[in-house]
Amino acid sequence: MGKKVGMEVSIAAAEAAALCDVDVVAAYPITPQTHIVEHLSELVANGHLDAEFVPVESEHSAMSVCCGSAAAGARTITSTAAQGLALMAEIVFIASAMRLPMVMLVANRALSAPLSIWNDHSDAMMVRDCGWIQVFCENGQDVYDHVFHGFRVGEDPRVLLPVMINLDGFILTHVIEPMEFWTKEMAKSYLPPFKPVYRLHPDKVVSMGAFGMPEIYAEQKMAHDVALRNSRPVIDEAWDELARLTGRRYSAVEHYKTDGAETLILAMGSLCETASLAVDQMRDGGKKVGLVKLRLWRPFPFAEIRQALAGAKDVVVLDRSVSTGGGSAPVTSEIRAVMYHEPSRPKIHCMIAGLGGRDVTPDDVSNMVDMALAGTGAEYYIYGVRG
Amino acid sequence: MTKAMDQILWHEVEPGGVITEPGNASSYHTGTWRSQKPVYIEEKCIRCSRCIIMCPDAAIRPDYDANIVTWNFDYCKGCGICAEECPVDAIEMVEEG
Repeated sequence: MGKKVGMEVSIAAAEAAALCDVDVVAAYPITPQTHIVEHLSELVANGHLDAEFVPVESEHSAMSVCCGSAAAGARTITSTAAQGLALMAEIVFIASAMRLPMVMLVANRALSAPLSIWNDHSDAMMVRDCGWIQVFCENGQDVYDHVFHGFRVGEDPRVLLPVMINLDGFILTHVIEPMEFWTKEMAKSYLPPFKPVYRLHPDKVVSMGAFGMPEIYAEQKMAHDVALRNSRPVIDEAWDELARLTGRRYSAVEHYKTDGAETLILAMGSLCETASLAVDQMRDGGKKVGLVKLRLWRPFPFAEIRQALAGAKDVVVLDRSVSTGGGSAPVTSEIRAVMYHEPSRPKIHCMIAGLGGRDVTPDDVSNMVDMALAGTGAEYYIYGVRG
Repeated sequence: MTKAMDQILWHEVEPGGVITEPGNASSYHTGTWRSQKPVYIEEKCIRCSRCIIMCPDAAIRPDYDANIVTWNFDYCKGCGICAEECPVDAIEMVEEG
């Protein structure tokens, strides 16, 4: 493959969008997403990208513009984080239920209050049930590749859904990483033109976003749920094609040193790289520990998770958000629910870490595993809190 | 209209609930919402058409041959605006039986 070049992940994500030849960018700047949209606006202003850049007055408007743009049949991208995602949440649910393909990069950031610009997953978990395809990226290359993947999957006539690409704020967005870049030809061969099934066009009049009476609402929800579940083969197919094109293979669930592991760590996003270092250390120390990386959050990969966790005695889930007052954090809840009906199921421990930008080191991960095995976090435990 | 709304199966719903047949809202009979019903008093009516104009739906129509106004009770929701607006009290709202 091509040579590696160092680039800030945000800039690379914008470059990927430009190679996808997006038609419309509508976004409002918010830390730590700013560089992505800033660079897209530069590309448009400098004439490198022939797209409509809509500098909206809020995230609510950003997502509204994106819906209109996708409904008109334009390739559409936006990006946001935390409070921005909260403000646009109303329209986020509408985009997916109206089956409008677009890509949104969410530079994961903690929700206020207290006001924080730093990373955790509370923003993504807030819109967990929004009906989008949702992936969590581990590193910069992952983010870059998934912009292409997102458009290809979302716009596929068998799918027609928006795709949310989660990348940890600052930990990924502001880091310069060595990455392999795509050529225009690669992008063109990978990504066919967007041909919507229905679009707003005077030649064929349709109504979009109509009122749903009680007689039809549930049928529409069922259709949306099935559509999201049925996107899975297309997601896999697009990963296969990406592997053929780039040599890089992505899957819904990935394994690191899981052979013979009695204890499995389960993580999402950039924490996977940290956890893999911890696994190395623990393996060196003779502990039978492995790592399961959960990349595809929606549609949830039930079969792979059941298979991945079946043989383990203990699973330590590293959650990056709190379900305040709930049974456990969001990822753990999901994992526990998936494993509940299994004939033999591991003990599933919930470790919440890395809230509001608190660093999580490989030593922290090792500590959390030790604490979990010693009985901490049976329900859930917020790691590293003083007092 | 292809199918009544309460007959459509989930897998027959167009992607995103797109409506491909413009104007199909007319197949939904909103008259079932009515709790009060307008009663027309022909002798009092001065044929000013104010009720027709003020109806927020299109449930009141003139019948020129009979020289009266008529209600389409498939769509009249019984809001009472016609009765309120009538300058000569030729429309009376009564409880739906």
